[in-house]
Amino acid sequence: MEEQKKKQNALGIFFEELSKSSGMVTFLAILTGILLSGLLVAITTVEVYDAFSVSFWAGIKAALGSAWSTYSSLFTGAFGNPQKIVAAFQSGDGLEIRRAINPFFESLVQTTPYVFGGLSVALGFRAGLFNIGAEGQLFVGALTGVFAGYAITGLPAYIHIPIALLAGAAGGAIWGFVPGFLKAKTGAHEVIITIMMNYIAFRFSDFMLRGPMKDPNEYTPKTPWIQPSAELTRLFSDQIRFHIGFFIALGVAYFVYWLLFKTSWGFELRTVGSNPNGARYAGIKTTRTTVIAMSLSGALAGLAGANEVLGLNHRLVPAFSSGYGFDSIALALLGKNHPLGVVLSALLFGFLRNGSRQMQLKSGVPIDIVSILQALILAFIAAPAIIRSIYRLKKPDVEEASIKISSWGGN
Amino acid sequence: MVEKNTSHNNGRVYKEVSKSRRITMGIIFLIAAAIIWLVFLNGTITGAQTAYNMTPGGSSTIMADWVFSTEKALGVMAIFSAVIGAYQLIRGFGKFTNGALALIAGLFVFSFLTWASSGGSLNLAGLLRVTVVRAVPLTLGALAGMLCEHSGTVNIAIEGMMLTSAFVSTVIASLTDLWIGMLSGIFAGALIALIHGVLTIKYKVDHVISGTVINIFATGITSFLSSKFLQKTNFQYLNEPGMFPQIDVPVLSKIPFAGPILFSHNLYVYAMYILVILVTIALFSTRWGLRLRSAGEHPKAADTLGINVNRTRYMAVALGGMMAGFAGTYFTLGSSGRFDELLTAGRGFIALAAMIFGNYHPFGAMGAGLLFGFFDSLSAKASILKVPIPSDFLGMMPYIATIVVLAGVVGKSHAPAEEGKAYEKESL
Repeated sequence: MEEQKKKQNALGIFFEELSKSSGMVTFLAILTGILLSGLLVAITTVEVYDAFSVSFWAGIKAALGSAWSTYSSLFTGAFGNPQKIVAAFQSGDGLEIRRAINPFFESLVQTTPYVFGGLSVALGFRAGLFNIGAEGQLFVGALTGVFAGYAITGLPAYIHIPIALLAGAAGGAIWGFVPGFLKAKTGAHEVIITIMMNYIAFRFSDFMLRGPMKDPNEYTPKTPWIQPSAELTRLFSDQIRFHIGFFIALGVAYFVYWLLFKTSWGFELRTVGSNPNGARYAGIKTTRTTVIAMSLSGALAGLAGANEVLGLNHRLVPAFSSGYGFDSIALALLGKNHPLGVVLSALLFGFLRNGSRQMQLKSGVPIDIVSILQALILAFIAAPAIIRSIYRLKKPDVEEASIKISSWGGN
Repeated sequence: MVEKNTSHNNGRVYKEVSKSRRITMGIIFLIAAAIIWLVFLNGTITGAQTAYNMTPGGSSTIMADWVFSTEKALGVMAIFSAVIGAYQLIRGFGKFTNGALALIAGLFVFSFLTWASSGGSLNLAGLLRVTVVRAVPLTLGALAGMLCEHSGTVNIAIEGMMLTSAFVSTVIASLTDLWIGMLSGIFAGALIALIHGVLTIKYKVDHVISGTVINIFATGITSFLSSKFLQKTNFQYLNEPGMFPQIDVPVLSKIPFAGPILFSHNLYVYAMYILVILVTIALFSTRWGLRLRSAGEHPKAADTLGINVNRTRYMAVALGGMMAGFAGTYFTLGSSGRFDELLTAGRGFIALAAMIFGNYHPFGAMGAGLLFGFFDSLSAKASILKVPIPSDFLGMMPYIATIVVLAGVVGKSHAPAEEGKAYEKESL
């Protein structure tokens, strides 16, 4: 064995290590997802079939063309059109430049709630809790955040913004506390409870928007505008909606990293997640850890909601979120529940989401292709054996830690 | 959690009711009685009458309206509840506590309706008829979940299976006929379920994650294909499946009041009645069912006795998928007659809750399904009622009820012991 290894050149060793690494699986999972989604686009395009009736090669060409136009419009939608950007910078006109680079910054804007949401779900997973309730917590966080935004007046921005964000976090935390508490005290499974809490949150926010929090000057259910002092500061003028929320999200991601990996409480939390019985024998208060972890998870999702209303709309309208909380589940798993991974996959999801709008406009491919892509990637990440057998990768030396969630019964 | 393990070792011993639970229940009953008296009765105008319309709209079996004095009825119900509460507090109903709870809940809801419709009329028969209809996808979905879960596979993908089958059945039924459409929907459900099976059994992916993947995928692919084809005018012919007609059961539908509520529906309601009975017998009274459940309760013992655990699980998951597929076809072929994006609207998840609420038993699940269906149809009618409760809060009731149930107010639900765990034969 030893000698055999020596004979291998450096490149061979490199490829072997590469094929064992989990990063390779992640990369191939994303690549395979993209290829399969492209295939789906091609086989659902009518023109492709017309082209196949002309000749086989025309069909192949049309199929590749449809997939290519989908992904290229996705790309320009997410990053901006390179030619336009160059032309705008050459012209030197401020408005032109902003218009050209807007897609890129808009993608970052879409990334921001994903970072919060992904951290929320990831923190839950680390404690062995599956928080499907991020969407509901996000709604409640938006409600409390917008309330603190418009009800409190006369504060300077550097006080008002933190208060409004914290109000959002508190709202989400309450929504996360309930399932955490019930899980710890009665064993009621958090998956069902958080799903139920989602529906309650949707109904509740509908009620609040039509009732107590409705702007009396409007016919449709909307809250009043928040105070200018609560608006998250925008870094560019006109058109570009990029605001400091992105940097706050990065800061929070670092905080979660520090909390999980640099504090003893974070160690306890991870122990409860990976080995609850061991944690109990080691004297860790699992009940308390579960409750706090779930509340924190809710708080992070609540921040996502508050960030959206304080940074973008500046008021709350019904059904504003459109699935950030649900996407966060896939995102957290893709990021291996590590804050850095979450930030990277949030970037991927944010750019995909922003690009897909442009894609829908330009090439007529429905935006839902992104959910399909997400599901495929997630399936391959969750079952790395599929990717390994497709690409004939070698098995890793150490068994990969997979995520385990307790079943309904409690243990 | 330790407590739970011991209860498993002793089998189903949860019928013994502790003292604190007895007292809590008694207090809850008395509070219900007090609310009926203080809020409902005091909030009634003297001499007001409540009228219940006993014939659902469009039915030919006419029954006279039921008119009575609101105050008297509420007084009787309040006193009756108080008596039950007092008995519960002092002596306790023992193993019938849940029955007493159901009775009190029923009285409370009935009092609420009586109060809310006082001075006007409410179509009680229509309300109950819609309840039965709304219970169908929930009960069938719960049966689907049950088949999977008793064999040890957690299935939160019911929503995705229903959505996929609703889509497939619409397209196929539009191209061929209703029955072939329904069969293709069932087949699609089974196919999706097998993906779940392969991911969880072969690749040992966590069951909840696999279910989530399927839900996201099903949402994506049905919405994608729907907005690409079904919503386009030149593909409209793919979204015109038609609907199964209403069939009145010969003699039974002529029973006054109950007849039109229970026996004047399309085939899905009757299928629900039959399937609930069939699944009960199959799971709990046949050798097949015993083997299926043993794969979920104690796979090692099952394996030792020569049962192929993983094959059993595949079969159960596929059957569950067929059931979920059948439930999915209800949405299009039995209810709306066309496919719209996300038309299942979370019913798959509520079906799961109904399954747990019903303690993993088909009849329990149907009871839970009917309860959720009732709140569903009540919140739709809330605007007609003259009460200061917004419809949103009535709409929350099923979800709050689920949480209360899961939190153990009605006693613990018993999940199969080895649920959600991959089974591996021990190698030498």
